Amino acid sequence: MTDFAIELNGICKRFGAVQANRDVSMNIAKGSIHGIIGENGAGKSTLMSILYGYYHADSGSIAVDGKTVRIRNSQEAIRLGIGMVHQHFMLVDNFTVLENIVLGAEGGLLLKDGMAKAREHLQALNRDYSLEVDPDAIVGELGVGLQQRVEILKALYRGADVLILDEPTAVLTPQEADHLFCILRALREQGKTVILITHKLREVMDITDAVSVMRAGTVVGNVRTADVDKEKLADLMVGRKVTLKVDKAERAPGAAVLDVRQLCLTDARGVKLLDGLNFQVRAGEIVGIAGVSGNGQSELLEVLAGMLEPTSGEIRYQGADLLQEKSSQPRAALYRKKGIAHVPEDRSREGLVKSFPMFENAILGYHDDKSVSKGGLFSRKMLLERSRDFIRQFDIRPDNAQLRVGLLSGGNQQKVVLAREIHANPELLLIGQPTRGVDIGAIEFIHKRLVELRDAGKAILLVSVELEEILALSDRILVMAGGQISGEVAARDADTISLGLLMGGHKH
Amino acid sequence: MPRWAQLTVLPALNLLAALLVTGFVTWMIGEDPWECLQLLVSGAFGSGEGIGYTLFYTTGFIFTGLAVATAFHAGLFNIGGEGQAYLAGLGVTLVVLAFDHTLPPIVLVPLCILAAMGFGAAWAFIPGWLQAKRGSHIVVTTIMFNFIAYSLMLYLIGHHLIEAGSQNPTTREFGQASWIPAIHQVAAGMGISLPSTPLNLTFVMALLACGLFYLLVWHSRWGFQLRTVGVNESAARYAGINVSKTIILAMCVSGALSGFAAINELLGSTHRMNVSFTNGVGFVGIAVALMGRNHPVGIILSALLFGGLTQGGLELSFEKPVITREMIIFIQGLIILFCGALENLFEPFIAGLFKRKEDK
Amino acid sequence: MEQLFSLLDSTIRVATPLVLAALAGMFSERSGVVDIGLEGKMLVAAFAAAAAAFVTHSPWLGLLAGIMASVSLAMVHAFVSVTYNGNQLISGMAINTIASGITPVLGLAWFQQGGNTPQLDDDSRFHDISLPLADALSNVPVIGHLYSKLLSGHSILVYLTVLIIPVVSWVVYRSRFGLRLRAVGENPHAADTAGVSVARVRYIALFWGGVLCGVAGTFLSVYQTGSFIKEMTAGKGFLALAALIFGKWRPLPAVLGCLLFAFADASQIRLEGVDLPIVGQIPSQAIQVIPYVLTVLLLAGFVGRAVAPKAIGVPFVKSR
Repeated sequence: MTDFAIELNGICKRFGAVQANRDVSMNIAKGSIHGIIGENGAGKSTLMSILYGYYHADSGSIAVDGKTVRIRNSQEAIRLGIGMVHQHFMLVDNFTVLENIVLGAEGGLLLKDGMAKAREHLQALNRDYSLEVDPDAIVGELGVGLQQRVEILKALYRGADVLILDEPTAVLTPQEADHLFCILRALREQGKTVILITHKLREVMDITDAVSVMRAGTVVGNVRTADVDKEKLADLMVGRKVTLKVDKAERAPGAAVLDVRQLCLTDARGVKLLDGLNFQVRAGEIVGIAGVSGNGQSELLEVLAGMLEPTSGEIRYQGADLLQEKSSQPRAALYRKKGIAHVPEDRSREGLVKSFPMFENAILGYHDDKSVSKGGLFSRKMLLERSRDFIRQFDIRPDNAQLRVGLLSGGNQQKVVLAREIHANPELLLIGQPTRGVDIGAIEFIHKRLVELRDAGKAILLVSVELEEILALSDRILVMAGGQISGEVAARDADTISLGLLMGGHKH
Repeated sequence: MPRWAQLTVLPALNLLAALLVTGFVTWMIGEDPWECLQLLVSGAFGSGEGIGYTLFYTTGFIFTGLAVATAFHAGLFNIGGEGQAYLAGLGVTLVVLAFDHTLPPIVLVPLCILAAMGFGAAWAFIPGWLQAKRGSHIVVTTIMFNFIAYSLMLYLIGHHLIEAGSQNPTTREFGQASWIPAIHQVAAGMGISLPSTPLNLTFVMALLACGLFYLLVWHSRWGFQLRTVGVNESAARYAGINVSKTIILAMCVSGALSGFAAINELLGSTHRMNVSFTNGVGFVGIAVALMGRNHPVGIILSALLFGGLTQGGLELSFEKPVITREMIIFIQGLIILFCGALENLFEPFIAGLFKRKEDK
Repeated sequence: MEQLFSLLDSTIRVATPLVLAALAGMFSERSGVVDIGLEGKMLVAAFAAAAAAFVTHSPWLGLLAGIMASVSLAMVHAFVSVTYNGNQLISGMAINTIASGITPVLGLAWFQQGGNTPQLDDDSRFHDISLPLADALSNVPVIGHLYSKLLSGHSILVYLTVLIIPVVSWVVYRSRFGLRLRAVGENPHAADTAGVSVARVRYIALFWGGVLCGVAGTFLSVYQTGSFIKEMTAGKGFLALAALIFGKWRPLPAVLGCLLFAFADASQIRLEGVDLPIVGQIPSQAIQVIPYVLTVLLLAGFVGRAVAPKAIGVPFVKSR
């Protein structure tokens, strides 16, 4: 017998050039709530995917209940008593709760007996953990919080003793989150083990017994929650010497180019994605928006770029509210013509058409410009010339404008997008995750170009989940959490601990 | 694998697979596939007359192939070419019956062409609009529209357009002012003697349409928007392209192109409309576009293949009564299967060959 | 009364192959695989069944051959859609085209009758069968009439279909396979993480779809006409598809849709040339076109809204 439900020893996992997990070890005590905390890309999800059988570790070992096991697929994980509640629910929307729960574990050719048994079992679980889930409700009609409980029930019905929850509160209202925590505590009382993956400090402090902090694929701390405080955790989570250094002179910003007032966006389910944002971006400054992904930054960029219609608020650009503009063309085209350039977060899905050659991608979004066509037809000569300019100015490799863009490396793809957007000589540049999946050399290059643009008096709004990048580039930093701006810091005063606290949802 | 191989070797292999299966079936019904192939080729290309008929059929297939390809470039599978050609025929017929005794050819023929394009486009506009604005699936809608078109035409021909006193469901013969000159007539005017075939000036329009299609799709703003919507709708939205408008317009252009198949048939050959004048030309367009990989050069080649199959098949069936027009439909189905649904079936195999060559 | 009975009687005859094909489509589409190839599968089944029945003089062997032919096309579709992740619409289109081509080619080669099969003799066909006591009860007013004129006197395949309907409905809603079928068509990732093999479920669904289309095709040739005739399905596969959409991909409403369409079809012949009050003569095409127009309106959400299974047409690729 052992006191540990799960023991992970020296787990390593590499995806191509990325070392997602490096020598990760942790022990998770039976009947405890164990937090795993870290920034985006720290390796939390990869680790849990290994435990649940989606991936196989390159090296290292896993022990469940003291016995070393090999987990080849999720069915084996389930058999070992491990259950997972995914961040994106794995539910069939038009099924009842009961149908979702028995799916794959029907217990016979006919549904009747299995369903009856499941109903009984479910009622017992409902009672034990005060889940309040109606077995006959249609899942698609339930709120997010209840759907999550269905996922928990699914795992428990399959006999899970260890329950992994991946960022469970990301989609919940504070009340729903509180209810979830009650359930988790009840589970602990019944002797179940809970693994909670999160980036929110409050949650870790509130509910966990122990916590493992991950950073860049490694465990930087295995501690008892009682022995630490938020500041210490934030430091462990993001704290590091800033290695990125961008030469950047102090510069007095000019007039406001962008002035956002009371901007709100509500999705079809009524969830507030953007909740009353107010901020300005002035000429000649870089405003960085920090935050863990999924806190409204992506939606903010899309709203400002005209790809999403906000629910209410004003977007004043050079003095006039863009939302009052009437136009027969799509907003994205209109905004671009007014001098708002946009480097999207997901360049391969939005910023580029991978099957098109570079010279066509060089005009994506600017294909209406008179400068690229003659008599209704594109001038291929002009397109090729333009992309050769890009290749020269941005050192894009290979230097072949006819090449399909999908064949370029991530860094070179990003350079194509950036070159295109800078070429338009915008007054305002919206840029999301400028260096995601980009190699070191290109990162430096891209950063330098952004600073040059700022020095040329342009306004830049930068969204990035990389704190280092935000710190290195920004003149001012806004932190977003839960669709709101949880704080603003001048770059020279910023440090990772205070930013980490703000990112974790702590307001100033 | 190099791009040239992807564009030549793979389609060739797919075609070969389809022909092998055909050869097998031919052998199974007791005929010599090789002999049949020879008869077919000589029937299609062995005489001036054969070539004329082959090119006549090719003309319609080029237009419906281009029509399917236009929609494909916007990411849409337009199965409705048949119905769109049908309705275009209605447009032509209405114009001709109204004006063939009053207007001169120089006015009447262009008017007919406009009517064909307009009616074809209108019949494609509705499914396009329903897809873009209401999210109805274009494939199901266009299938239904084919049936609706068929019923509509049966009714109109049977009750209103039928030649007075006729037992057959056809219109009266069109006035000569509406006839599009045959190539052999044009050639005779220039002192060249060609055998008399229904091949007419619509063929020239088909070639022009291919050139125009190439320019539009790959060199114009509209084509750029079309292709962007077709391969990546998020990127299109990012680029400020009006996705619904692009989809609807693509369908209209597709329908208008199908309309030319009706021109070729009605004004170029039969000079009257009957209930079955389209005769599957819209469906052949699907195979043509898939095999031609939605490129005009490929479409001309595969339309020529189907034109040859149609004409050669007719000749073949004189020699070998057991082999009929349906054999061509069978081949068409196999080509849709191998060049469309299984288009990259042989890719791993071929890519492996190329890789080994590079390794050496 | 007589007229009404004869109208309902022909409604049943017209509806039977539609019902079978619609249920076939339901299996396929509820599993997430688009099936526009119902028409083609019915056509090859009709041919194979007629050919086999002619050669063996057994309608049952004909049925078997019809099912086998239809299932083999269904498996081609499964290979393209499930194993190869190819385009399901193009595959369905290919199946229809292949079927229209191959059936007359083989028919002509084997039977030399212009692509049709020879008329089957009485022993090789399915016949109308009288239910017990049908004769005795035929003089009892209303009920006896109903029994002997309407319920009795159909082919065994009709009665088989009547049995199949509740069985299919039961399988879909009350069996393990049905639950998995519906899950796989709606959210294959959820089914996959719950330990259900998506590919397996889809193959099985397409197999049963093939079987049902096989019965439908056999009904046409070995019972209804007594021979295979070129293109004898004449759009019935698409009509079944329309009924399936009309029934919002649920078995019983789809059957209802088939009955409705069949009723329209049966009445169309009787209304030919008849002057109705107010509207006058209705052209038969106006009635023929109803199912198609209705489907378009439904899909567009103008009359109710038909929402397809969510995962339909999308090849399943395991995430992660």
